[in-house]
Amino acid sequence: MSLLIYAESAEGKFKKVAFELASYAKKVAESLGTSVTAVTINTADVSELSKYGVDKVLKVSNDKLSSFNAKAYADVIKQAAQKEGAKVIVLSSTTDSIYLAPLVTVGLDAGYASNVVGLPLSISPFQVKRNAFSNKAFNITEISTDVKVVGLAKNSYGLVESNSSLSTEDFSPSLNDADFHVKVESVEKVTGKVTIADAEVVVSGGRGLKGPENWALVEDLATVLGAATACSKPVSDLGWRPHSEHVGQTGKPVATNLYIAIGISGAIQHIAGINSSKVKVVINSDPEAPFFKVADYGVVGDAFEIVPKLTQKLKEFKAQNS
Amino acid sequence: MKILVCISHVPDTTSKINFTNGDSEFDTNGVQFVINPNDEFGLTRAIWLQEQQGANVTVVNVGGPDTEPTLRKALAIGANEAIRVNANPTDGFFVAKQLAEVIKQGQYDLVICGKESLDYNGGMVPGMIAGLLSYNFVNSCIDVKVDGSSVKAIREIDGGKETISASLPLVIGGQKGLVEEKDLRIPNMRGIMTARTKALTVLEPIATNVNTKAVKFEKPAPKSAVKLVSADNLDELVNLLHNEAKVI
Repeated sequence: MSLLIYAESAEGKFKKVAFELASYAKKVAESLGTSVTAVTINTADVSELSKYGVDKVLKVSNDKLSSFNAKAYADVIKQAAQKEGAKVIVLSSTTDSIYLAPLVTVGLDAGYASNVVGLPLSISPFQVKRNAFSNKAFNITEISTDVKVVGLAKNSYGLVESNSSLSTEDFSPSLNDADFHVKVESVEKVTGKVTIADAEVVVSGGRGLKGPENWALVEDLATVLGAATACSKPVSDLGWRPHSEHVGQTGKPVATNLYIAIGISGAIQHIAGINSSKVKVVINSDPEAPFFKVADYGVVGDAFEIVPKLTQKLKEFKAQNS
Repeated sequence: MKILVCISHVPDTTSKINFTNGDSEFDTNGVQFVINPNDEFGLTRAIWLQEQQGANVTVVNVGGPDTEPTLRKALAIGANEAIRVNANPTDGFFVAKQLAEVIKQGQYDLVICGKESLDYNGGMVPGMIAGLLSYNFVNSCIDVKVDGSSVKAIREIDGGKETISASLPLVIGGQKGLVEEKDLRIPNMRGIMTARTKALTVLEPIATNVNTKAVKFEKPAPKSAVKLVSADNLDELVNLLHNEAKVI
């Protein structure tokens, strides 16, 4: 009855979140007195998982699974859980994993808690703490079913190395036609740009930047930091920036290590969306802007003067420290 | 085509969140409730399908009598009829079970949910409905076109989007993009008047297992005051980010 994780990869390489899940699962498995099994789909080299405490890999290689398909992937995870007799399944909060998690849950008659922010508070009863009310509160949830699915919130645990001797086993789950009734016809993906989902740093601009023509300020700073760019809701509503950059309660959630907000006053809905970020820096000309109340560091002043200077300083810093 | 739009009745996005009864319940005192924003995008999209393709649109909510104004609002926006499952929504699985039963009874072709509600943020109801009924399922859906029984949908993915083909019956977890903010329908006077005479059916819940329960709520710890750095001393900010926050 090991603990099962789904270790996600993209283009055959593990995503960082796979290692975060492994780190978390290792710790939970210790308190359950069990081992960690990872199921992987079309990942050639799985050896890196041994650095984060995974004991066993069920390796699935199947051309039919070359593009993500929630139902088929959920079926793979379900069969892996059944094979291992797993009582706890840990999944991430990527767009793909939150898509398949409810399907896995129903397939296993399990109970599911999503957005979980830390290790279980207790094992028996099984209680976890999760984000709720759009990061304005936490909710302690008890899962009472025999099989439990835990969805770990993004960037909420971090990486913890612990070496293990990894055993690998090829695994061929049986898939049926119904698994492929939803077909991906084409994928459009921005390449060469850090996405908000993957970014460790996000630089975000608001109405204080006065117009889309001034976005070079945000982009230059983001480039120096290897950051993704984002914007507030009014900016996307005005059409200055695409909707995919809108972060906040009704936009994309942001849970990065560093969030830099430029010319964003900090409406309650915006704060709710970015509050899981670890360190928040605010640059705003209005010292009364509500964002300063939730920020870690603040600079009061004109963004058009401050941001280019800060970009320059960071460039120098990076040059010295690389 | 029969469309069911599943609606959550949630605190307005500007609400202050407080708890009561030993931090075991959400404090509704002074809170304005609205249609969950992700559901609202789906509702307007359903009305488009009603206007353009003659679809019949039913809205449904699992909740007590206090949620009826939210359903009436959806009727005023243009839904043909409403259903309320008369129960306190205890967890996502409970809600999904109730909705799956409504769908089975009503034989809906397209089920539109929001991908997540802004109160419990479970993000599980649409997927669970699809799992329970073996319906096709598209999450994070930003476009849906129906032609006969075939569907073209677009799903937002990290850093892009993918185009999907599927067939009815289908469940979608919708979000902004199904329609834009500026397209959202609001009730007009005629809509409000006709909504009063549209059917709002109350159903009793079916029995189901309790898989999870919310035991308690907590508010985040109060934040320490912001450290202000002078605009003339940005070296200090770089230094703090490197040595204190350790994020660069």
